Amino acid sequence: MAENNTLGDSLRRHGVSRRGFLKFCTATASLMALPPSMVPAIAAALEKARRPSVIWLSFQECTGCTESLTRSHSPSVESLIFDHISLDYHHTLQAAAGEAAEAAREAAMHENKGNYILVVDGSIPLGNPGYSTIAGISNLQMLEETAKDAAAIVAVGTCAAFGGLPQANPNPTGAVSVSDIIKNKPIINVSGCPPIPTVITGVLAHFLTFGTIPELDQYNRPKVFYGQSIHDRCYRRPFYDKGLFAETFDDEGAKAGWCLYKLGCKGPMTYNACATTKWNQGTSWPVESGHGCLGCSEPRFWDAGGFYNALSVPISDNSQTVAFAAAAGLVLGAAAAGLNYKTKDEAQKAHANVTVDDLEKTS
Amino acid sequence: MSVFEQKGSEAVSNRAMPGMTHNTLPLLHEVRHALERLLRTGESTIIDLRAIPFGPGDEERLLSLLGEGEVAATLDALGRTTVRESRFSGVWIVDHYNSEAERIAFQLEVIEIPALLRAQTEDMYQSLGALDSVLNAEMHGPE
Ligand code: SF4
Ligand code: SF4
Repeated sequence: MAENNTLGDSLRRHGVSRRGFLKFCTATASLMALPPSMVPAIAAALEKARRPSVIWLSFQECTGCTESLTRSHSPSVESLIFDHISLDYHHTLQAAAGEAAEAAREAAMHENKGNYILVVDGSIPLGNPGYSTIAGISNLQMLEETAKDAAAIVAVGTCAAFGGLPQANPNPTGAVSVSDIIKNKPIINVSGCPPIPTVITGVLAHFLTFGTIPELDQYNRPKVFYGQSIHDRCYRRPFYDKGLFAETFDDEGAKAGWCLYKLGCKGPMTYNACATTKWNQGTSWPVESGHGCLGCSEPRFWDAGGFYNALSVPISDNSQTVAFAAAAGLVLGAAAAGLNYKTKDEAQKAHANVTVDDLEKTS
Repeated sequence: MSVFEQKGSEAVSNRAMPGMTHNTLPLLHEVRHALERLLRTGESTIIDLRAIPFGPGDEERLLSLLGEGEVAATLDALGRTTVRESRFSGVWIVDHYNSEAERIAFQLEVIEIPALLRAQTEDMYQSLGALDSVLNAEMHGPE
């Protein structure tokens, strides 16, 4: 359960020197994608940080998001952050099951009323509560119950943030996102399929450090990680700007590292931190490995017209997601800088794909 | 031999089109401005290299351009940190690892001496206490 000692106290108890603490703050700034000039402020805040209680609920999900997070759980800096978070309930990671687990959730909710962070992965089925239940409780009921006294909610993964794969056409379970249901709490969407592990940790570190939620974009995603498109940060961008595109995955352009736009890269409409944060401890990221971005951190990416079609637009709507149709339109509108808007609008009306050739013809 | 006949896409993309990808040179310009600012106003700069979109080979190219200077230090606190002066005085490469030898931060510091190398006031107070105990024990023997 959450304790009252501060992070400063617990680090000193672990025998961490002041230099070690400064290094910890430097790594935390880097983790939160904040500039190094913020380190003194982070040091002052972390010195006083108290241990927040976290309740993690998993609904219609594949456990990929938890996998992503636990892969980032390496000893030292990150683990010090995690040691300092009291993870009071997590279906997958906790030993307790059934009624004992539910008792732990209720106890954490009661003891930390109004102060705990609720993390959710997975979408919520509204079609029939029987599609997904935990200890006989429907996902909807558990979410409403647990959200009621939370300080803030972190929707981890595209399923919790936007509906994700379960919501893809024809959305058999009537899947919706957390923010479709909860309207009166701050919600931080950490989208991605899965989200980048350090982005999950970075958001929790921000809450731990400052006790507040980070600045958010129009989809409630933290701006520090989702403020720029994949395309804007892509090291292949100079090739795009010069019109040098790989046409197949093994042609000379592909071997020379040219832009993957014609092979379906959704980088221009996708906002995420992959191009800088990278994956697998900073080893590489999809575009660096030679595959276009799928747009996994955007609403309705699954229905965006084929992963290998050059920049396509969402094809059709379904009954559960009328609101998201407008939202997806916004993303495309905002992100498609440099494209021929008229062509894209016409294609959107006709529900067709736009190719580079189409754009070249009309621009 | 045409560039495309070379083996390996990295070799091709790095050598064939200098300046086509690569954030190395813009970054080096930034370092130059920072060094000028340090000399003019005394203001230091830290650049978080993990926030820079590096392509394959960029980091190696940057490090080879920066070269090695006279000072290198290792810090053991929550894992290893190496602090190396580049061949440009005042430009330092600071690389932080955790205890699993995974990189947790990677920075260029444009400063007279990186803050982490200085003795920290809190640690010096602790040392004062520790020195007192040593002197006490040496002068009066163990209790
Ligand atoms: S289209 Fe894709 S591969 Fe090309 S520059 Fe943009 S993000 Fe990079
Ligand atoms: S490159 Fe695109 S599809 Fe791949 S993980 Fe990043 S945002 Fe998702």
